[in-house]
Formats: sequence, C-alpha cells, structure tokens
Amino acid sequence: MLEYRIEIALWALSGVLPFIMFSLWSQNDVGNSFGLNDIGLARYFLSAFLVRQFSVVWVVFSFEEDSLSGRLSPYLLQPLHPLLRYVAAHLAEQATRLPFAIAIAILFFVLNPSSFWIPSISRFLLAYVSTHLAFSIAFLLQSLVASLCFWTEKSSALERLIFVPYLFLSGLLVPLSAFPEKVLFLANFTPFPYLINFPAKILSGMPVDLLNGFFFQILWIAILLPSVNILWKLGVRRYTAMGA
Amino acid sequence: MQDNPRELIRVDQLSKIYRVADKQPGFKGTLSHFFNRRTYKVPAVKDVSFNIFPGEIVGFLGANGAGKTTLLKMMCGLIHPSKGLVNVGGFLPQRRQTAFLKEITLVMGQKQQLIWDLPPMDSLYVNAAVYGLSDEITKKRINELADMLELGEELTRPVRKLSLGQRMKSELLAALLHHPSVLFLDEPTLGLDVNAQARVRSFLSEYNKQTGATILLTSHYMADIIALCPRVICIHNGSLFYDGDLDSLANSLSPSREVRVELKKAYFPEQFVSYGEIQELNDRFVCLLVSRSKLTEVVGKILSDFEVIDLEISDPPIDKLIGELFLKGEIS
Repeated sequence: MLEYRIEIALWALSGVLPFIMFSLWSQNDVGNSFGLNDIGLARYFLSAFLVRQFSVVWVVFSFEEDSLSGRLSPYLLQPLHPLLRYVAAHLAEQATRLPFAIAIAILFFVLNPSSFWIPSISRFLLAYVSTHLAFSIAFLLQSLVASLCFWTEKSSALERLIFVPYLFLSGLLVPLSAFPEKVLFLANFTPFPYLINFPAKILSGMPVDLLNGFFFQILWIAILLPSVNILWKLGVRRYTAMGA
Repeated sequence: MQDNPRELIRVDQLSKIYRVADKQPGFKGTLSHFFNRRTYKVPAVKDVSFNIFPGEIVGFLGANGAGKTTLLKMMCGLIHPSKGLVNVGGFLPQRRQTAFLKEITLVMGQKQQLIWDLPPMDSLYVNAAVYGLSDEITKKRINELADMLELGEELTRPVRKLSLGQRMKSELLAALLHHPSVLFLDEPTLGLDVNAQARVRSFLSEYNKQTGATILLTSHYMADIIALCPRVICIHNGSLFYDGDLDSLANSLSPSREVRVELKKAYFPEQFVSYGEIQELNDRFVCLLVSRSKLTEVVGKILSDFEVIDLEISDPPIDKLIGELFLKGEIS
C-alpha cells in the first residue's frame, strides 16, 4: 500500500502554507509592521503550521460524498452518531500527521536555528488545549454546513463561504495584529481568530489575552454544538438514502 | 425487543411520498431549472399494511421502482414515513433508538459498509467497538460466522482485492456481528454467480434456524425467494397486492398446471387441441397447459387416447408467472 504512505506524506506537506507566508513576509521585512521581528515571525508561522496540522477539518467533503453515494445509510443504522465516526477519522489522521509535523518542525529549526525555542510546559499545555478547542470549533462549523447536505445535496460549495473568511481572519496568512484595529475588533467576534491565531500565539510565546481567547472558544462551541444538533435532527428527517 | 410479541413488525397504512425535481435537458432547461425550480410528488409507497411474526422469512417481490426498497428503508428506520405507522418490536424505527439499532441490521447488495482499502477484519473490529462487543465475544462470533460463510484468509486481505462473492459474504459477517434479531436484506445476492448465491442463501437459512432471527428480503432472483421465503409480499406501483405463501400465489396467478408427455410416436398439433393449451410440441414430446379443475379427467384421457411413455405434471415456473405478472402490471 505504497500509495497510502505517499498520501500521508502529502497530507503533511499540504499544510506548508504558513511557511510560504513566512518566507514572503520575512523577505519583505514587513514583519516589523506587525510588531514582530524575524524570530517572532518564524516562531508564529511554525506554531500556525503545527496548530493547523492538528485542527484541519474535512468533514463536509467526506459527509457529502457518503451522503450522495448512500454510504451514510449503514452509519445511520448503527448505535453511534455518524458525526462521531468522522471525529474518530480526524483524530486518527492527526495521530498519523504527528511524526511528519515533528520532522518538518526539526527541519525548520535546522534551516532557521535562530528561531529555535522550547515553550514552557504551561504554555505548551494551554496551546494543546486551545488547539483541541480550535479543532472542535472548526469541526462543528463544517458539520453545520455538512448538515445542509440534507437540503442542498452539494453543501461543499457552501463551505467556501467559511473558507474565505477562515483564510484571512484565522491568522493563517498573516498574524491578526497586521489588520487595522476596527477589522480586528470585528474579527474577534467571529470564530475564525480562535482557530489558528489564538493557539499559535500561545505556543509561540507571544503576548495573548488567555481569558478572552478561551472564553470565546468555549462560547463558540456552546453556540455551535446545539446548532449542529438541531440542524442534524431536522435534516435527517429529510434523508432519502440516495444511491442505496 | 419485546418478550414474545404476537407480531414483531406492524405496518399500518404506511405511505411515502418523494418530492422530485423536474429538469428539462439543455441550456434552456438548466436556466429554467435554476430560476424556476419545479418539483412534483412521487408516491413511492401507498397505504401498505401487514404484520410480520418473529422468526419469519418474508420476501418482498416487485418490479423495479415498485416501492419494495422504500418499504424496507422505512421499516429499518433509514427514512421517515410520510404517513402511517411502522412498529418494529415495540420501537418506532425512525427514532433510531440505540436499543432498536442493536437489534437490527441492513444489508444492501449494491452498497457496502466495509472499509474499501482495509481488510474486512479491520471493519469487523470497528463494528465490534461500535456495538460495544468485548474482544472475546468478537473473536468467537467472527470464527462462528466465518465458518458458516466459509471465509478464511479473505478476512485479512484488502476489501478491494476480494471477489464480489467474498465481499458480500464479508458484508454479511460485518452486518451480523452484533447478532441482530431482525435482518433487512435488500438484494443480498445481486451480481453474485450461481454458487455464491447458493452459499448466501444456505447461510441465511442456517442463520434463521440457529438464531430464530426474522429476515425480510428483497430480491430480483426468484431462486432466492423460492429457497428462503415461505411467505411473500408483492408490491406493485407502491401498493400491496398480495401477502401470503408462495404456493398460493402460484395458484392464484396460474389456475392451470403443466402436463409434459413423452409419446411413443409423433402426433399432429391439432390432435391435442381438445386436451389443453399447447405450450410446446417437439417431435414425440408435448407440453400442455391444463386447467386444474379438469386435470384428472384430461390426464386420464391422454393415457387412454395416446401411447404414453412418460407423463409429468408440474406448476408453471413461479419466476415466469411473476415476470408475466409484473409485465402485465396487474394480478390475474
């Protein structure tokens, strides 16, 4: 099963966008305008890469395929909520990504020895928890869109509505401190800054309002969890078991 | 499930209406569909009622699109009925309560639940975890069912490397690992060769005898129905038009029997006209369709009027009768 070994390596490599952004920002010396020097910028984008590795979500695409092909039918008839099956698949994938993420981090330090740092235990644990919360928010957001499959059949198209603000407001392309204050103020009321920017700032050792960050992470989970539950219950009544 | 329920499954005035979009072909049709989407209602199942008792094996017969799979999907709780009631062992299937789900299974011949890239054994252990089975029980049941299904090293080969027959047997194993008491089987032998079909049929029969499980089966292969189902439910255009044993169905479909005669010499066709409807005449062999009420009289006359070497009386093949029935679209 050589193709699967290659696929796993590609998964890990597919998340290198933060490194591309790092090389872009550091070459143009723009980092200073974000309030970050080259070392700070390097640490932020490495942290963003690591957070992304353990919070990336693709449930909407799998769910849509399963729903349209009829594979969802046997899942619906087992004593386990089908969404938990996708949670398990994501967690298994995260475990598979771990060695690749470590290898890429080591390579990054070899190429940028000045940026090497080891976060304190407390910072690491807080980043670990906030990354899991970020994964939960991302998973619930996509599950909300995935549940629309019961109505639209092609809900992955709607996922673009989440992906664009995610790309700009999550901190994946640039630390949020680069945005004008008004945009930053409004962005903080969306779930996106808590998906990458907040955990990455904790891990990289940047100053961060922990209380505010965790409050909004938990708030978004508290909003999204019942929303997904309600939408799922309404949607599953409409399921026609297409292709099955 | 309930203890000794009188009826295990009660279906009462059950109906299902699908809403289907209507799109004309071409660019104009696409534009019109985008701005003015039109849908219409398709009644897939109409006011169907019947009861099924514990341990029964019931076959659902019907042409493509008759509504039998929709009926099965409502009974197992996969889709919600538009109207009417379905009760399985005291549960409303569409609620999909854990206790209900642990008692049923659905096997679809054209769909699979096994993980395509992994060996069936991995899927079996996933299922065991989902149903909360201990390692010991899982191993014991896998061995038991694998023996019954004649599965061995296939269980440790990737699913995509297995033949259709091996895959179907593995699917059955996965579907029965939690020892369900009600089996919903939708075309379980679809696409299998004759030997694999026979193996699946004998397995289902054995499983029913050993566990007392109730089996509800749809199949396009009459051989499945004849071998497994003493009782059949016929669905046509969403409505139930027959519920009873297979023999009675044959009687009601064909009030005649086939009389095959081997004669000592050849005769002209007109010499047989007064005995019955000629089905086949080939040199010294003739096959006549004779009314059941006149059977004794006609056979007596044939034996006295012709020099007969051999004579055989049988029912016309049930698959031929049912095929003709669905072609005509109504019961005779």
